Amino acid sequence: MAQVVLRGINKFYDTVHAVKDVNLQIRDKEFVVFVGPSGCGKTTTLRMIAGLEQISGGDVSIDGQVVNDLAPMDRDIAMVFQNYALYPHMSVFDNMAFGLKMRKFDKKEITQRVKEAAEILGIGDYLLRKPRQLSGGQRQRVALGRAIVRHPKVFLFDEPLSNLDAKLRVQMRVELKKLHQRLGTTAVYVTHDQVEAMTLGDRVVVMKDGVVQQVGDPLELYNRPANKFVAGFIGSPAMNFANVTVADGNGRLTAKNAGLEIEIPGTQGERLRAHLGRELMLGIRPEDLHIARAGDPAGLTFNSRVEVVEKLGSEILLDVRVGEDSMVAAVDPATQAKAQDQLRLAVNPERLHFFDARTEAAV
Amino acid sequence: MIEGAKWRKWVFFYLPMAFFLLFLLFPFYWMIITSFRPDGELYRPWNSVNYNPFWTTKPTLEHVKYLFEETLFSAWLWNTTFIALVSTAISLICGVFAGYALSRLNFPFAGGLGTGIFITYLVPQTLLFIPLAEIIRNYNLGDTPWSLILTYPTFLIPFCTWLMMGYFKAVPKELEECARIDGASRWQAMLYIIIPVAIPGILSAGIFAFTLSWNEFIYALVFLSSPAQKTVPVGVTSELIRGDVFFWGPLMAGALLGSIPVAVVYSFFVEHYVSGLTGSVKG
Repeated sequence: MAQVVLRGINKFYDTVHAVKDVNLQIRDKEFVVFVGPSGCGKTTTLRMIAGLEQISGGDVSIDGQVVNDLAPMDRDIAMVFQNYALYPHMSVFDNMAFGLKMRKFDKKEITQRVKEAAEILGIGDYLLRKPRQLSGGQRQRVALGRAIVRHPKVFLFDEPLSNLDAKLRVQMRVELKKLHQRLGTTAVYVTHDQVEAMTLGDRVVVMKDGVVQQVGDPLELYNRPANKFVAGFIGSPAMNFANVTVADGNGRLTAKNAGLEIEIPGTQGERLRAHLGRELMLGIRPEDLHIARAGDPAGLTFNSRVEVVEKLGSEILLDVRVGEDSMVAAVDPATQAKAQDQLRLAVNPERLHFFDARTEAAV
Repeated sequence: MIEGAKWRKWVFFYLPMAFFLLFLLFPFYWMIITSFRPDGELYRPWNSVNYNPFWTTKPTLEHVKYLFEETLFSAWLWNTTFIALVSTAISLICGVFAGYALSRLNFPFAGGLGTGIFITYLVPQTLLFIPLAEIIRNYNLGDTPWSLILTYPTFLIPFCTWLMMGYFKAVPKELEECARIDGASRWQAMLYIIIPVAIPGILSAGIFAFTLSWNEFIYALVFLSSPAQKTVPVGVTSELIRGDVFFWGPLMAGALLGSIPVAVVYSFFVEHYVSGLTGSVKG
C-alpha cells in the first residue's frame, strides 16, 4: 500500500516531447485511470512509474521514496500488460511463481500464495496448463494472478482489457473492480476506453498530446469538463458542439447561431455576460436533448431535420441537422421518427456547456 | 477445386510436381543405386547385353566395405562430426549473445554493427581462404582440426547472429519487461525467459550451422593435407579420385554415408526447425 507522487514528469524522445510536466498525487489505495487517445503519453507515463522508461525530467516517488534511479525490480510494483506477456514456456503455476522465485521466497510460501491468487481469480484448475492452452480471458486472469501473488505496493495496468472481446471485457472490468476493492492496493490503470476509465477509476486523468487536461472523479469530468477536449472525450455518444454568439435579447442572454437561439438561464447567464458579443462554443450532451413537449419554454427549443435514426433498443439516437451543425440526440425509445422528419428539440437548461472558441477552455 | 476441373489439377499440379520431384530426387537415387552396384555392372559399356543403368540385379556392400577397410573413412567421419559440432557450438554461443545484444540493447551503432556483421557474411569463402591460410600457417594450426574449428565461425557466426537477431526481434519486448518487473536482472531475464522462448530459433540456427560446416569443402581442402585429418567431403573426393580414375562405387557410398547424419539431424529436429523458421511465439 502506498501513495505514488508524480512531480513535474517530462519525457523526451529525441526531439519529441511525449509527456509534458505531469503533476499528480495518487493516494494510498486509490484506483487512478489515465485515459486519452493513442499517442497522448498515458502509457509512457505508466512506463516511467514502472521504471521501463527513463524519466527525462521530474520525480516519481512511491511510498515517499524517489524511485527515478531504481530498477523496475526494486520499485515493488507489479504490471499487467496489454498482450498479457505470459511466459509461453512455463505453466500457469510457474508463470505466477516466477516473481516470487526471483525474490527467493521459500517453496511453501510460493505454493501457498499462488494457490491463494488462483483461488481468487478462479484459475485453480489450470495451474498445470501452458498459456497457449488457455482462452484470452483465462490468460488475462493469469496475468493478473502473476501481479497479485507478489503483494506489491502498486499495481500498474497497461490497457489490460483491450485484447478481449467486448462481452468478456465488460465482465473482466467488473472483476477488476471487485479485485481492487478486495485487495485495496494502489492501482494505476491506462486505457483509451472512456467507459473503462469512468467505471473503474476513483479518479480519472484525461491526457492529450502529453498534457494532463483534467483530473477528477468520473462524474466531475462528465458534469464539469475543464475544456472542449475532455467534454468531447468523456461520454458516449460524444457531446455536440456548435459555434454560437452570445447576444443580449431584452435583458436575457442568448446563445445564437444560424440554426438555433437558446436562452441562457440565470446564474450561468450572469457569468457569460463578460463574453457578450463574442463567439463561444456551445456543448450539449446528446442525453440532454429531448423532443420538445408542449410545456417546454420556447427559448429552450430549436428546429432540426432528422438525417439518420439509430435504434439501440434502450434509446434512439437521432442524427440531426441544426442550421449548419450536426448534432446527435438520445431520445426516448418510443419515439416515432424517421429520416427527413422536421423535429423541434428542447434542451435541458441546467446542462449547457460553454467553451472559449480559441482556447477551448470551459467558461 | 471446382467440379469437372480434374484435368486442370493434373496438368497444373500433379505433373509439374512429379517432374520437380524426379528432378530433385534423381541424384539421390543415382547415388544410392551406384553405392550398391558391383563394379562389373558399373563399368559395363552401354551396348552390352542386359544393360540397365537404373537398376541392379546383384546388390552388394563391397563398396561400403572398401570404404571402411581400405580408406580412412571412419576417421573422416569422426573428424567431420567433431569439427562440425565444436564449430557449431562456438558459433551458436556467439550468435545467440550477439543477436540478443544487437536486437535488444540500444547501444550506439547497434544498427551499423548488425549490417557490418552481415557484410562479413557476404565475403566469399573463395576469397577469404587466402588470408586465412596465412593466419593458419602463422599459428601453426595447419593440418589440425582446429584450423577448421576456428575458421568455420568466420561465416557461421554472422549467419547465426542474423538468424537470432530476427528471432529475438519477434519475441515480444513485454516478456522481458515483465520478467524485470518480476525481479529478474537483465541477465536472468535472458537466461530464464528469452532464451527458452527462442529455443526453436536456436535449434534452426544450430541445424543450419551444423549442415554448413558438415558440407564445407574449400577450407577443409586448403587447410588439411594428411589423409588422417581430412573431413568426409574432402577425403572422399581426394582419396577416391586418383588422377582421372573415379572409384564410383566407394565414392557414392562415401557420399551416401556422409549425407545420412545430416538427414538424421534434419528429420529429428524438423518440427522445431519449421516452427523456428516461421518464428511463431505462442503466447
